[in-house]
Amino acid sequence: MKLASRHVLDLETMPAEDMKNILDTAESMKEILGRSIKKVPTLRGKSLCTLFYEPSTRTRASFELAAKYMSADSISIATATSSIKKGETLLDTARTIEAMGVDMIIMRHPVSGSSHFLSRHVKGAVINAGDGMHAHPTQGLLDMFTMRQHLGRLEGLKVTIVGDALHSRVARSNMWGLIKMGAQVCMAAPSTLLPLDLGDLDVKVYDRLEPALEGADVVNVLRLQLERQKRGLFPSAREYSQFYGVNQERLKLASPDVLVMHPGPMNRGVEISTEVADAPMSTIDEQVTNGVAVRMALLYLLLGGADE
Amino acid sequence: MRLQQKATIMDGDGMRRALTRIAHEILEKNRGVGNLALVGIRRRGVPLAHRLAKRLAEIEQVQVPVGILDITLYRDDLTTRTDQPIVQKTEVPFDLRGKRIVLVDDVLYTGRTIRAALDALIDLGRPEMIQLAVLIDRGHRELPIRADYVGKNVPTAKRENVSVRLEEVDETDDAVVIEEIIQENG
Repeated sequence: MKLASRHVLDLETMPAEDMKNILDTAESMKEILGRSIKKVPTLRGKSLCTLFYEPSTRTRASFELAAKYMSADSISIATATSSIKKGETLLDTARTIEAMGVDMIIMRHPVSGSSHFLSRHVKGAVINAGDGMHAHPTQGLLDMFTMRQHLGRLEGLKVTIVGDALHSRVARSNMWGLIKMGAQVCMAAPSTLLPLDLGDLDVKVYDRLEPALEGADVVNVLRLQLERQKRGLFPSAREYSQFYGVNQERLKLASPDVLVMHPGPMNRGVEISTEVADAPMSTIDEQVTNGVAVRMALLYLLLGGADE
Repeated sequence: MRLQQKATIMDGDGMRRALTRIAHEILEKNRGVGNLALVGIRRRGVPLAHRLAKRLAEIEQVQVPVGILDITLYRDDLTTRTDQPIVQKTEVPFDLRGKRIVLVDDVLYTGRTIRAALDALIDLGRPEMIQLAVLIDRGHRELPIRADYVGKNVPTAKRENVSVRLEEVDETDDAVVIEEIIQENG
């Protein structure tokens, strides 16, 4: 079954049946990751490029490994070591890559909407690996995949997103995806870090952590994006931690078998305590594994079929 | 294009007898069930593998392990098909090393599915031997592949379609029917 669009740009525009198709396919892909020979020949002869204008460890590594496990070829371009340093524009860089025969560009860029822009100007597929404060759809999908694997469903779950939602593309992608799949989304943050553009999205917003944690099935902790805090939106990391840090004591309010998630990289002792990060209820390492499975599913669904 | 039913070439009783005979042939050829495992190819090879395992258990009082193989990721027509097949899980819960594997499928036709299944199996480990059991062999091979155990050989034309119906999958009584593909003009 083909996806509705040949690009994956955000979860806001992705139909719920496509998300379900991706999550189901990822279940099959996860089995491959457990094999001693982690490679299937499916995407032989396909090639993709990761084009990252921002630093990344897990997203980029997992896209590249997903490509290798599916037998596609991948190259990676990082801004620091490329002609972008010489002032080449995004479009010129993308066209150069396409001229070499690449079937897909996976891009991370600090400007919101940049992936949409790119998708309108290239022939191949575009996957958004994070654009500014807008969307990070593959993170949203892998978070939903992890929740579904542990709890067996998404519908009716209470998912609490904690932290810097204003700057967080992970939060936005989680909200769009989870609400479409029938989960109940709550958000807790200091009011200066709450997003202003929730529109008619059905999200319960709290400016204190405790009421948002009550009965939560999943707590998704966001990274405090210290690099995006220029305007003094909260007094200090220490004070943030005192009021909004997720620790064992506060988690007693949540469901007894609550899952604690974090997209990484963590600021240990700021948004999440070390005991919680390393506790059995934390799925942080598993999220990374699942990220590879979800990205394999996307590569198959976008590159696997015939060109029309 | 539509399909018109032409003939029923095997009914439920015939299928039952064919599987019982194949079970005995498997035991005879392998001298028992030592190191034996069955692997069904999705979809209809899977219930057939379970049925064979049940017969082997009745005859030898030993439960033979059964695995499930999804060959979607190994197909050779992925880049030419516009309807993208859904990938399902491969579930082989035993180590293939040193095992005698009997691959099970419903219809053997071009041999391309079996080629894909062989590649998929060998990616999971190195069995001692792989054998092939099919309910129907309808000919028209495009690859040098043959079955070790055959329920029934049926000469067919390429414009015909052989469809195996199983209770577990199709919710009808077991049968094998030949349908004719009718090309309609306009």
